[in-house]
Amino acid sequence: MITLSNVSKIYKSKLKNSAQIKAVDNIELQVAQGEIFGIIGYSGAGKSTLIRMLNGLETPSAGTISVAGREISKIKGAELRKARQEISMIFQHFNLLWSRTVRENISFPLEIAGVSKLERQNRVDELIKLVGLEGREDAYPSQLSGGQKQRVGIARALANNPKVLLCDEATSALDPQTTDSILDLLQDINTRLGLTIVLITHEMHVIRKICHRVAVMENGKVVEMGNVLDVFKRPQAQITKRFVQQVTEPEETKETIEHLLENYPNGKVIQLSFVGDSAEQPLITQLIRTFNLEVNILQGKISQTQSGSYGTLFIHLDGSEAEMDKALEYIKASHVGVEVIENA
Amino acid sequence: MLKTLFPNVIWDTIYEATLETLYMTAISVLATFFLGIILGLLLFLTGKGNLWENKIIHTIISAFVNIFRSIPFIILIVLLIPFTMAIMQTMIGANAALPALIIGAAPFYARMVEIALREIDKGVIEAAKSMGAKVSTIIFKVLIPESLPALVSGITVTAIALVGYTAMAGVVGAGGLGNLAYLEGFQRSQNDVTFIATIIVLIIVFIIQFIGDFITSKLDKR
Repeated sequence: MITLSNVSKIYKSKLKNSAQIKAVDNIELQVAQGEIFGIIGYSGAGKSTLIRMLNGLETPSAGTISVAGREISKIKGAELRKARQEISMIFQHFNLLWSRTVRENISFPLEIAGVSKLERQNRVDELIKLVGLEGREDAYPSQLSGGQKQRVGIARALANNPKVLLCDEATSALDPQTTDSILDLLQDINTRLGLTIVLITHEMHVIRKICHRVAVMENGKVVEMGNVLDVFKRPQAQITKRFVQQVTEPEETKETIEHLLENYPNGKVIQLSFVGDSAEQPLITQLIRTFNLEVNILQGKISQTQSGSYGTLFIHLDGSEAEMDKALEYIKASHVGVEVIENA
Repeated sequence: MLKTLFPNVIWDTIYEATLETLYMTAISVLATFFLGIILGLLLFLTGKGNLWENKIIHTIISAFVNIFRSIPFIILIVLLIPFTMAIMQTMIGANAALPALIIGAAPFYARMVEIALREIDKGVIEAAKSMGAKVSTIIFKVLIPESLPALVSGITVTAIALVGYTAMAGVVGAGGLGNLAYLEGFQRSQNDVTFIATIIVLIIVFIIQFIGDFITSKLDKR
């Protein structure tokens, strides 16, 4: 559905002799039909520029971009405008027209597409139902909450039956609960309409919750890409590890562990990572039954991703060295990640 | 009662002068509104980072606007005498004042329009672009509706300035309340006439302000 090859975007600095800024650096990626593809990175990583190149709001300095069968990086004028009706976008700050009601805002892209008044009315009614805004049709954006505004944004984006939906930090201005309800809505739209979704974010939570695949961006480059679960399981780049920690480890984990190491001078503190099916086997029970060890559960968390669950568990083992080593071997053999936490 | 308070006031003349002032104001406000919006849009659209970014055109319009905004109105009228003669065939009467009024006020309003347009959230324009909107659609369905309260309050301020301009135009023969106050009031030392003319001008200004504020508050849904 979307193919980027060797895409770069270079901003020339006005100052003489100063270095050019490579916002996007030689990116190569494909997004399949019906996929929810997430791009994560900190601000300034180039993800905003990248997503804007997908609907021609920015043009690449090099490389080609094709979306829904059109070469976006080449077309101009009327053809580009036509293409944009198939590649909708929602925004962090919603970007609704304050002078129009909910109904009129949703109707706007239909007016642009030249849809007749009667058809517009019917379509708007459908969309209002789809995003759950019944009863708020005649409100102005200033009378809506953030979550409701984003629902209008989504309804507006879906009006012309697009093939691709681009989400530019669509949940970054919302509180956690509203974020989840908007993500549920996006996922629902994805499964019901088979819409391809590309989203950019700086929150791993968003990736974890709805994305099938993820690309991690840093300094204009994609440093890591793959299925969300794989990336969670085996983050390679340093930045990816930090993002994964955002969801798997609560903020205070580091302090907690140091505290634990002080409290348990004997034995070992071990971090187990479970992925997919392995999260569902009774590992701890087997450990206790098979080995002559004391097992103490210290802290744990399970996160649900689109392709399975991912969990971390901190346990404390106590017993003879030999028995503990055997236990570690056993855990490794059952496809569970093991990391012995040493004193820092 | 009125006769003793204002012995020199001839009410029929006052009435006529008021109509002339209203006529000059109405026509010039209308023309200024459209001309100012066109100029303001051009200023905005050709500005840096906008849809029709074009440094040369922007500089030319900007210079034109700045020059005509800076010339004191009373001098502008005199400067424009040949131009007015050419298109209006006369220098006397309300119509003769119109070219100077419009040329004096439109650049002033154009700047206000530009400021109003710059206040629009860039994201909204980007959203319209992302939906595949043409520039004309963006102008008529985004830029103008989204800046309308500011456009109306701007034209209110401009209209009040124009009432003042019509009085100045009156001094050089354009008719209206300014002309009356100057010729009948000042030159013939009939202070009561000047006083009445002033009161009527004030009433006109208050009414314009009231209408402008009312429309602005009705339009603003933010």
